[in-house]
Amino acid sequence: MKSVSILCYGKKCDHPPKPETPALKIHGVNFTYPGSSDSVLNSVSVSISPGEKVALVGPNGAGKSTLMKLVLGLEQIQSGGIEIYGHKAHTCRHRVAMVPQKSSVDWTFPVTVRQVVAMGRYVHLGWFRKAGLKDREAVDLAMETMEISNISHKQVGELSGGQQQRVMLARTLAHDADLLLLDEPLNHVDIATQELMFHTIERICSLGKSVLISTHDLGILTVHFSRVLFLDKTIIADGDVNEVLTPQNIARAYGFEFHKDKEKGLW
Amino acid sequence: MVEWIIEPLQYSFFLKGLIAGVMVASACGILSGFIVWRGMAFIGDALAHAILPGIVLAIILGFHILIGALLAAVISVIAIGTLTNHRGFKEDTAIGVIFAGAFALGIMLINRVAGFKDLTHILFGNILGISGFDLILIISVAIIVIIIVIVFYKELLVTSFDATHALAIGLSPTLIHFGFLILVASTTVIATQTVGVVMVLALLVTPAATASLLVKQLPRIMALSMGISIVAIIVGFYSSYYFDVPSGATIVIVLTAFFVIAFFYSKIKRSFKN
Repeated sequence: MKSVSILCYGKKCDHPPKPETPALKIHGVNFTYPGSSDSVLNSVSVSISPGEKVALVGPNGAGKSTLMKLVLGLEQIQSGGIEIYGHKAHTCRHRVAMVPQKSSVDWTFPVTVRQVVAMGRYVHLGWFRKAGLKDREAVDLAMETMEISNISHKQVGELSGGQQQRVMLARTLAHDADLLLLDEPLNHVDIATQELMFHTIERICSLGKSVLISTHDLGILTVHFSRVLFLDKTIIADGDVNEVLTPQNIARAYGFEFHKDKEKGLW
Repeated sequence: MVEWIIEPLQYSFFLKGLIAGVMVASACGILSGFIVWRGMAFIGDALAHAILPGIVLAIILGFHILIGALLAAVISVIAIGTLTNHRGFKEDTAIGVIFAGAFALGIMLINRVAGFKDLTHILFGNILGISGFDLILIISVAIIVIIIVIVFYKELLVTSFDATHALAIGLSPTLIHFGFLILVASTTVIATQTVGVVMVLALLVTPAATASLLVKQLPRIMALSMGISIVAIIVGFYSSYYFDVPSGATIVIVLTAFFVIAFFYSKIKRSFKN
């Protein structure tokens, strides 16, 4: 069964969203990497509605990337369940796309910006099919949106960190997924790119798509997000940004006691 | 000059060898881009050495050496694939173990059965001793390899650049990697007759390494690699005919010379830019 689902690639594996289902529903997920005794995720449950924009925060090693890998179907679920628009996680490749952390990509490989963005269309093509007019238009539009049309023939290895991140987001737009996962997209990114990313995310959410962004930059949250998920192996808090980002929650997640600093302070 | 070019072509052994060489060069050239940029030079070398026992066993058991070589290559690929990730082994560790073991087995077998002449032919190539059947086999394998690379180009591209994305869209990078290894193995086998087991690596790596110094886009790198390999093969052939030098070594020397020239060219170009 596992190999069959892994090899299902192309248009025939597309499943339209089931009506009246959440964009993402995670219930009771536990996860431990094979060969490790420490669990990475403990009974994590989350529900994200279509059109929602949610920040996933937590310290390093909190399980943010693992959770995204599970949603994307890169790791097998061990217990609990993950559904995307009513479909089991690894069967739903057309509905979900991820902007990965920069380190998971071979940036030295000789490909152009356009070729990378076009990879977002592969999920719709599958074996033996070449990109058609519709695919090329989607690629053009995605590059325009991320303002990289002028560098479309450049090698990705020659780009700045911000430009590379724009290329990855453009690829996700070309994928035309309904649920976007962005894994630490703000690392090594210039302010202009950050602004463009948030503007784009805002727009696609207004079209009914959902976005989940992991970050450990707490400062950015209050400006751009209303809902925040605080994860540290389990969901510590979930809700409005002002309710979630309390000193207590931050202290709990980042593992220091907040009041000690005060006692040692000047007063 | 024209006569100088045409004269050796009258001999069927030369013509056959030249056609075989050009086909091998084309297949190696097209694979070379992916081998260099996927970082697979070591496994190419390992495969070239690991096919030795297959060749020797084929001689002993009396079937065609290319079939024996291909079998050995496929078995090595499967063995390397099985060992990789077993208890966290990295691929190069698995390659090292299989590569040395298989080559040693080949040398051991050769020592028992075949003569010294066979050994030099296997190790350094014997392009002028090609039979009609060999030629058909080489042409078929080369054409199949080229077609497969073109047909699965986008899958090779996405698994090379971003394996996570490939997996996320339902495309198994392991499957593509394995398939590509089979292509490398098949090409290595047909290349063995041209330059021999020891120098196959030069045809699999040097052309794309040279091309990458001159052009940036992968399709161009692949096309230029093919061109460079074909020129090297032709130069190697004619030198071997007129100056009585070993063709395999000449081909590798020409490839290396191209690389050195391209290297200095790109250095000079870069320093002018700055």
